[in-house]
Amino acid sequence: MTDPQSLQERFVPPTAFAVPGRIEVSNRSAAVWQRATVVEIRRETPLVSTFRLKVPDWQGHLPGQHLMLRLTAEDGYVAQRHYSIASAPDGSGEIELTLDHVPDGEVSGHLHTVAHVGDTVEVRGPLSGFFAWPGDRPALLLGAGSGVVPLMSMVRHQRLAGLDVPVRLVVSARTPADLIYADEYGDEATVVLTRSEGRLNAAHLAPFLGAEGQPEGGWEAYICGSNGFAEHASQLLVAGGQPVDRIRIERFG
Amino acid sequence: MTFEPTRGFTGRARAADRDPRLPPGQYDAGDGWPVLSAEVTPRLAAADWTFRVDGLVVAPHTWSWDEAHALPASEYRGDIHCVTSWSKFGVRFGGVSLDTFLAAARPLPTATHVVAYSHTGYTTNLPLSDVTDGKAWIVWEYGDGPLPAEHGGPARLIVPHLYFWKSAKWVAGLRLSDRDEPGFWEQNGYHHRGDPWAEERYAGD
Ligand SMILES: Cc1cc2nc3c(=O)[nH]c(=O)nc-3n(C[C@H](O)[C@H](O)[C@H](O)COP(=O)(O)OP(=O)(O)OC[C@H]3O[C@@H](n4cnc5c(N)ncnc54)[C@H](O)[C@@H]3O)c2cc1C
Repeated sequence: MTDPQSLQERFVPPTAFAVPGRIEVSNRSAAVWQRATVVEIRRETPLVSTFRLKVPDWQGHLPGQHLMLRLTAEDGYVAQRHYSIASAPDGSGEIELTLDHVPDGEVSGHLHTVAHVGDTVEVRGPLSGFFAWPGDRPALLLGAGSGVVPLMSMVRHQRLAGLDVPVRLVVSARTPADLIYADEYGDEATVVLTRSEGRLNAAHLAPFLGAEGQPEGGWEAYICGSNGFAEHASQLLVAGGQPVDRIRIERFG
Repeated sequence: MTFEPTRGFTGRARAADRDPRLPPGQYDAGDGWPVLSAEVTPRLAAADWTFRVDGLVVAPHTWSWDEAHALPASEYRGDIHCVTSWSKFGVRFGGVSLDTFLAAARPLPTATHVVAYSHTGYTTNLPLSDVTDGKAWIVWEYGDGPLPAEHGGPARLIVPHLYFWKSAKWVAGLRLSDRDEPGFWEQNGYHHRGDPWAEERYAGD
């Protein structure tokens, strides 16, 4: 028979992955759609642009969080997609998103080819505390393509807030021309160019793993990108000894 | 609610010929099946997979892979919907109805909710009424083949009338309880129930 006592406490399954959320999520801000104005559009690479949005009632976010963006047609047709927040929390009431121009993409296509400064879109968020990094633990960040977006928010946060906690970023792109935020990387970044040197491998991660490479207390690992990249990078980390319950993954689908 | 149109946005699909199978705010992913999970895909062998039903039940029970496969087969053919906005039409999953497992464990009258949990430690909460009477399955087949690991193989829960984060991958068990206890995504800001037709995406919806 069941011990009724045991049901009084939160049920925790007897397993490895039980990575806790990082923050209390504000239900209020997550539930409300807000009008955002495009105040700047910056080209990052031939296929990637950053959209700076003024969101008058923005409640703030943590690096790593995403939002939902919605476009509405004249006839009421709506399309909504998730986008990671690229900017660090800075209290400016403005946030940045960085979007890949997906061929044929309904939402990214509109933003890349039709939208201009002064247009409005709607956003709700920030959403999901799981991938957030408040800046409290050493962070090992692995990203590919536009997967670098939420990780860059973390790097920017670390710099802006002047945090001492170690951050290392391994960013993978096909060619130098495809590398998003290329001018912004410093000593914390390792760039892997897959077209010329092949995809991310164990040797790229070796300096950060094992007894030598780990900071005190170990890394909290964050992986972001396509599913293929996430599968590959997460298996490399596990093979290199990173505990599965210290790996957070954001897959763009 | 009325929304102000976005200048110049026409959208790929027209509202008028929108597929009636699409819940609000969703788009048709076509042949694609995006993978969305926050964890490392476990390499769980079928021989090591087990499924347990316990908590407020008369007869807690654990099934092995072979024992679960010996139960009467059941399948789901229909649509699935993910909170990240894609839907997928006309999929087939093969396995066993959750009713079969629950009938063997015999829920107590006090049981109102379940926590479904995975071999990885992922959890999600559901009212018992959302997983009974032919509404939920434990499945190990997708289409004509085995369920791929990144989609929850060797076996996952499916609760197709709710957003797919409720359909725990690599499912390990259900614990029945007399109260609603938020699971992994529910603690991270997602809605407790997740009905796609009511657009129950986030807490507060
Ligand atoms: C948590 C999260 C965070 C994200 N963050 C970012 C980010 O920071 N930056 C970023 O760029 N992306 C991000 N994404 C991905 C983003 O949400 C979108 O998936 C992406 O922008 C594509 O949307 P779209 O409307 O442009 O393309 P869609 O119209 O959805 O098309 C996507 C693909 O499907 C094909 N397709 C879809 N429908 C059809 C159809 N009817 N006929 C033919 N082909 C079709 C398209 O050709 C295209 O290849 C994130 C995703 C998630 C889940």
